[in-house]
Amino acid sequence: MDGHYRKHIISVLVENQPGALARIIELFSARGYNIESLNVGHTEDPTISRITMVAKGDEHTIEQIVKQLRRLIDVFKVRDLTDKKKLDRELLIVRVNVETPEKKDEVKRLVDIFGAQIVDVSHDTYTVELTGDEEQVDAFLELIKPLGIREMARTGRVAMVRALQGETFGEESKH
Amino acid sequence: MKLSGAEILLKALELEGVEKIFGYPGGAVLDIYDRLPFAPIKHYLTRHEQGAAHAADGYARVTGKVGVCFATSGPGATNLVTGLATAQIDSVPVVAFTGNVPTFMIGNDAFQEVDTVGITRPITKHNFLVKDVKDLADTVKKAFHIARTGRPGVVLVDLPKDVTREIADFFEEEYKTPVQIRSYKPVLKGHPGQIKKAAKAIASAERPVLYIGGGTVSSGASDLVVKLAEVANIPMTATLMGLTAVPGNHPFFLGMLGMHGTYAANMAVQESDLLIAVGARFDDRVTGRLKDFAPNAKVIHIDIDSAEIGKNRAADIPIVGDAKLVLEELLPEVERQVAKNREFYNVRQKWIMKVKSWAERYPLWYEPSDRVIKPQFVIQKIWEVTKGEAIITTDVGQHQMWTAQYYKFRYPRQLVTSGGLGTMGFGVPAAIGAKVGRPDKTVFCISGDGSFQMNMQEIVTAVHHNIPIKVAIINNNFLGMVRQWQGIFYDKNYSQVHLDVQPDFVKLVEAMGGVGLRAERPAEVEKVLKEAMAINDRPVVIDFIVDREEDVFPMVPPGGALNEMILPSYGKEKAKKKAV
Repeated sequence: MDGHYRKHIISVLVENQPGALARIIELFSARGYNIESLNVGHTEDPTISRITMVAKGDEHTIEQIVKQLRRLIDVFKVRDLTDKKKLDRELLIVRVNVETPEKKDEVKRLVDIFGAQIVDVSHDTYTVELTGDEEQVDAFLELIKPLGIREMARTGRVAMVRALQGETFGEESKH
Repeated sequence: MKLSGAEILLKALELEGVEKIFGYPGGAVLDIYDRLPFAPIKHYLTRHEQGAAHAADGYARVTGKVGVCFATSGPGATNLVTGLATAQIDSVPVVAFTGNVPTFMIGNDAFQEVDTVGITRPITKHNFLVKDVKDLADTVKKAFHIARTGRPGVVLVDLPKDVTREIADFFEEEYKTPVQIRSYKPVLKGHPGQIKKAAKAIASAERPVLYIGGGTVSSGASDLVVKLAEVANIPMTATLMGLTAVPGNHPFFLGMLGMHGTYAANMAVQESDLLIAVGARFDDRVTGRLKDFAPNAKVIHIDIDSAEIGKNRAADIPIVGDAKLVLEELLPEVERQVAKNREFYNVRQKWIMKVKSWAERYPLWYEPSDRVIKPQFVIQKIWEVTKGEAIITTDVGQHQMWTAQYYKFRYPRQLVTSGGLGTMGFGVPAAIGAKVGRPDKTVFCISGDGSFQMNMQEIVTAVHHNIPIKVAIINNNFLGMVRQWQGIFYDKNYSQVHLDVQPDFVKLVEAMGGVGLRAERPAEVEKVLKEAMAINDRPVVIDFIVDREEDVFPMVPPGGALNEMILPSYGKEKAKKKAV
């Protein structure tokens, strides 16, 4: 198979019904695919959910995942958004140690730079909320890591394709 | 009209055209069984739920209609599992109804409770848990629609007991309106551009082969595929599931391909420059070592399930659609292309000659004997005595492969066999379902001594309901296929394959109310078969005592390419010949 192994972001629209999510997750385990992150929420139509998942694999594996997902009766639409122009965000909540004034200042500085927010405070911790694309979140975590992370939660990515796929950005249209 | 859940279910089945069902009652389905005698539906009580699932499967395979089975909650549902998995992997339309504990007890570890929809999710096309009687009619309708459309498959509907007792409105007219499932729209018609491309490729190939799978049979495309072969002079080979698409004696038919395929079929595929796959899925038992399967061929892949395309082998010309609808469009295109090319038949003739020479040089072969009964000889005799007209069901193992090789089928849906899952114990209950579906046909189950013992209780079902099936046990006192592998690949270390302690099958069958017969010498084979054919009021089981260590050849060793077959000796030398 082709060896181009990378992360793909796949968006699935599915009936908001018990069993639909289980079916999708079981498909991954039954066929030996790995899910890196998974996010579920309903869309503008409350009877339809959007699942955004990130999976690693070569092109052949990802193509299989997409096709197998499409076979499911509850699934409306599956799109591989990896190479699309898209809005792609993740929410991070992280609690860091700030026992010293220097650490407090450092966190406040980073929060400022990344446009994050301190949402909870205790004597020796700050809890920070950050929304951004995966790279921003990863970068923030790397910088904050030496201070000592107590606890963290990430939502996994949610994504939507941009309304205009290119032309207005001054790029050549492919179609 | 106000009806109970049970009544709604039975009414819905009636409106779906269901006449015959297979099942087994129990606590959670009491309300359904209470109403069953008043419905115009014949229920066949099997002796095990697995038997009910296989019977529904066999019924569906021979009729093309949806097979239906019932079971209770807990063990009833888990006993269906093997049967449903068998039907699902072979794309057979079956709808299973299971009872469950009342909705307010679900998740409570109640008596006879299991998570049936959870257990069956990976082995069904879809499943439903009905939590409100108001949804019941619509769910049944969807279940049948999903089972029979697109790539057919199994749908399970789980019915908590209170749902079958509660009362709801039911309107027949409403039930008859077309099904709407907004997220399910199978693609049936092939893309016209792709069909044109395929036609061109077929007309310009030098060494094309038609590789015919079960999808051809189930979509009703058998005649069309044969026509395509005739119009464009293309040799045909079929998978186990696709065997009945082509008349066994057709001059272009090379027999089955794959692990136990014929020399000619496997060589033709390996040497081909164009492989036309129709409703086939490049299964590992067909391809052998995948990277060396048909190494120089372009592939046209026609399949209703887009996920099958490119799954194992990349397709050069993929066509997603129903095989019948696609071939209806493809055939006239091919005719047009062929008519344009005057040289066409000359080029193609060379290829046909080559393929024929393979078939003549290395035919199917076994060492005949007048001392011991050869298993292949039994199959040939069954073919003779039934004039090639019987519906054949099989179990799984050597006898199954010999049946595929030596019974020359005449019409589609004539062979009922567990291809994908390889379920031992399938043959007898599937024969019951087949005979119920096609009472006009002789139904012969070809089984082994191992497989027969996995569901032999169903002979009682056949006696109970006067279903005169015939069963041939190819009895070698071995788990023959496992023994063959241990013999060839494990240095004859025969581990746990001796079935030396065996019931007396004749007495056993007599005790169950059937007729038991036995043949121990080649001269007796035809006689007992004729005797069996004369009995039409009870099931007959014939115990054929056969050569114990006969192997199935040709054989592609696991991990081998199709051209690396082990061939039979052709009587020339003791050592098995290796093909080049």
